[in-house]
Amino acid sequence: MANTDALRVPVVARPADDPSIALRLQRIWETRAGWIGALASVDHKSIGKRYLVTSFAFLILGGLEAAVMRLQLAQPNQALLTPEQYNQLFTMHGVTMIFLYALPVLSGFSNFLWPLLLGSRDMAFPRLNAFSYWVFLFSGIFLYASFPVGRAPDAGWFNYVPYSSLAYNPGINIDLYALGMVLLGVSTTVGSINFIVTLIRTRAPGMSINRVPILVWGTLTASVGNIFAVPAVSLAFFMLWMDRRFGMHFFDVTGGGQPLLWQHLFWMFGHPWVYAIVLPAMGIVSDGLPTFCRRPLVGYTAVALATVTTMVLGFGVWVHHMFATGLPPLSLSFFSAASFVIVIPSAVGVFAWLATIWTGRPQFTTPFLFFAGFVIVFVIGGVSGFMTAAVPVDVQLTDTYFVVAHLHYVLIGINVFPVVGGIHYWFPKFTGRLMNERLGKWTFWIMFIGFNVGFFPMHILGVLGMPRRVYTYSDGLGWSTLNLVITLGAYLFAFGVLLFLINVWRSLRQGERAGANPWNGPSLEWATASPPPPYNFAVIPTVGSRYPLWESQMTGQTGESTTAEGFLLDDGRETIGTSVLDAVPDVILRMPGDSLAPLLLSIALVVLFIGMLVQSWWLFGAALAASLLATIAWLWPEARLGQTMDIAHE
Amino acid sequence: MNEAEALYDGAPLPVGSKGRLSSGWWGMVTLIATETALFAYLLFSYFYVASHNGGAWPPGGPPKLYLAIPGTIVLMLGSVTMWWGEKGIRAGRQRQLLIGLSASVLLGVAFVALEGIEWSQKNFTPKTNAYGSLYFTVTGFHLTHVLVGVLMLMMLFVWTLLGYFGVRRHSTVAIAVMYWHFVTAVWVAVFLTFYISPYLAR
Repeated sequence: MANTDALRVPVVARPADDPSIALRLQRIWETRAGWIGALASVDHKSIGKRYLVTSFAFLILGGLEAAVMRLQLAQPNQALLTPEQYNQLFTMHGVTMIFLYALPVLSGFSNFLWPLLLGSRDMAFPRLNAFSYWVFLFSGIFLYASFPVGRAPDAGWFNYVPYSSLAYNPGINIDLYALGMVLLGVSTTVGSINFIVTLIRTRAPGMSINRVPILVWGTLTASVGNIFAVPAVSLAFFMLWMDRRFGMHFFDVTGGGQPLLWQHLFWMFGHPWVYAIVLPAMGIVSDGLPTFCRRPLVGYTAVALATVTTMVLGFGVWVHHMFATGLPPLSLSFFSAASFVIVIPSAVGVFAWLATIWTGRPQFTTPFLFFAGFVIVFVIGGVSGFMTAAVPVDVQLTDTYFVVAHLHYVLIGINVFPVVGGIHYWFPKFTGRLMNERLGKWTFWIMFIGFNVGFFPMHILGVLGMPRRVYTYSDGLGWSTLNLVITLGAYLFAFGVLLFLINVWRSLRQGERAGANPWNGPSLEWATASPPPPYNFAVIPTVGSRYPLWESQMTGQTGESTTAEGFLLDDGRETIGTSVLDAVPDVILRMPGDSLAPLLLSIALVVLFIGMLVQSWWLFGAALAASLLATIAWLWPEARLGQTMDIAHE
Repeated sequence: MNEAEALYDGAPLPVGSKGRLSSGWWGMVTLIATETALFAYLLFSYFYVASHNGGAWPPGGPPKLYLAIPGTIVLMLGSVTMWWGEKGIRAGRQRQLLIGLSASVLLGVAFVALEGIEWSQKNFTPKTNAYGSLYFTVTGFHLTHVLVGVLMLMMLFVWTLLGYFGVRRHSTVAIAVMYWHFVTAVWVAVFLTFYISPYLAR
């Protein structure tokens, strides 16, 4: 191919006619063997799996922290933990679950699945993808660095000043939390940018915006939300660090600062974040349920629009976390009303899922049980959220176990249940093997019963007035029995998670081998082998409907999708770029190959943050120089990528 | 393949990084979106603290404008010269791009110098009070962005000398220049907040 022009007509091929295509693409796209190859890999499938495994490791850590706390609270007046240890445990439990598990696990799904769902060969920025993973991993380790020496962050996951101010919390623990969160913010931001640009640029021809799967809508919405919300929390933590280490006065009343500014910035981020960690999970359900109900999702358009609406409204409700802070009544009324309104788009999703189950032919597989169980738990969590949106009720219930119950119904219900269901659903795509169904059903029932036994009584405890975050309580308050029940339920739930992990472990080795499409699923990821080859698709698919693989099975379906014939694009790593709304091919995108630059930049960045933490300015300066050099090397224009005058074609 | 034929008429497609068809262009748009949010939160913090402040705001009276106005003009000129330089490379004139880049780098450095002088003349520090913390943090955040912008333009200068850009390939230039204009636009918001709003509030 001696084509040196900047324009080219892409070759259309039928891979079934020419077995050499697969071999050639394999050579172009495969990651080199050995550990350097693994560290340099930019394959979205490896990165997605790394995200999943790492975030589950954090889920287990956070779960162990909870298990210790529940032992302490099982009976009144226990002395298993000191108050200081308890403070660190509940803080790290929140930090771990909310920041190091809940979003990263969804990034894992989306990283693995997006290019497969969209009919592309990789994400828009493969190297940025690797970078966002490494920074996530390192910031997680950074946040845990002081845990082993017994000086972990201890001011709660929302870290209110003045508890977290230097005067009341002089150790390095809060600095670790502050800087670790800024570092994690880098990972979240670049990851979100990658999802947004991937959606805009790399959908298969014909996958117009009204045909993308709901998971894609969910992750897109979460990503757009993140790029506007994450700066608030990064800034708040940076300001806190400067208050603490440079004597500034952002949150310090003695210097004219405002403690409530912290709460505003934190919740301006915090509430959109709640939607960022549930909307993609709802997308998992919206895409998974149709497979097991043997019918398209009811109300695709309504669900997609409700997803976006939820996030937009989610930016206008942050003050409902601050109803008890003495703000003017007018402000409380406004934010209370906004919080009520958000029920509407949430209910759209619920009714769409119910209608899908009602009018479909449900197959009671493990993923279906998890997705259906999610709907029940979500309704309970939604109703308790609706209750606390009312100012008088919230003033009564704030900082009690009622809120703990609500947030766990929301986070475990809307995040963990779809995630575990999603793992059962896509496990064959991840690994080439199916998970054990029998064990999977046991897992579901034990988790579902354990969860409700463990968390429902917390509502009652909250109404009885038990405050959250207390390390113990006295006998005779009427809380003892409920607490014991909660602990037993929590351990039952933990046993369910253990069963799930055992199932994963066993299925990796002995699971039944899966074909390309073991569930008879409708979307493009099921069109390629399990696990997919490094290049995903031998030719770029063409999409003619929302459910490309069901076109021949559904009545009244007119789309003409094909994965048998399409653009070959085998001149180095390439994929097709299409227009934003209609997905008409408009450019041949050249994709970067594997590189160590993302890892090196991540290491330099972590050293830079360590320099800030220990206030070693020579270390900071050296790491800054290294980061700049790594960035320049990374961004150096490459002829291969078509960024300079001469495009060399191989 | 009716569906495919309806989508694609067989005309040759551009290959690689081309203007608004490049992923990098969209990457920069989203980066600017998140950076805009960052500065919005910074300015929100300023107004929040200002509106809850009991005494005079700013504590030492409104800041003087004799350095900030020239600084603003210098930065805006730097955007104009860059716009002119980029126009050159679109027409294939490398020399014009090099001149535009040099002028913008010099104007960017001049802005940094003016800001440095202003900082050294302030009779308060970041530790004095919340206003001092806000002033130095917000202008410091912006100054960091100017320095990053200058570094980007310097790299463009090197890459232009190496002959990487021409009439057919200039998306790297367009992407970096977009960031440079953003740095100017953010300054306008910072300038209006810190230097003009205290006069309006009197």
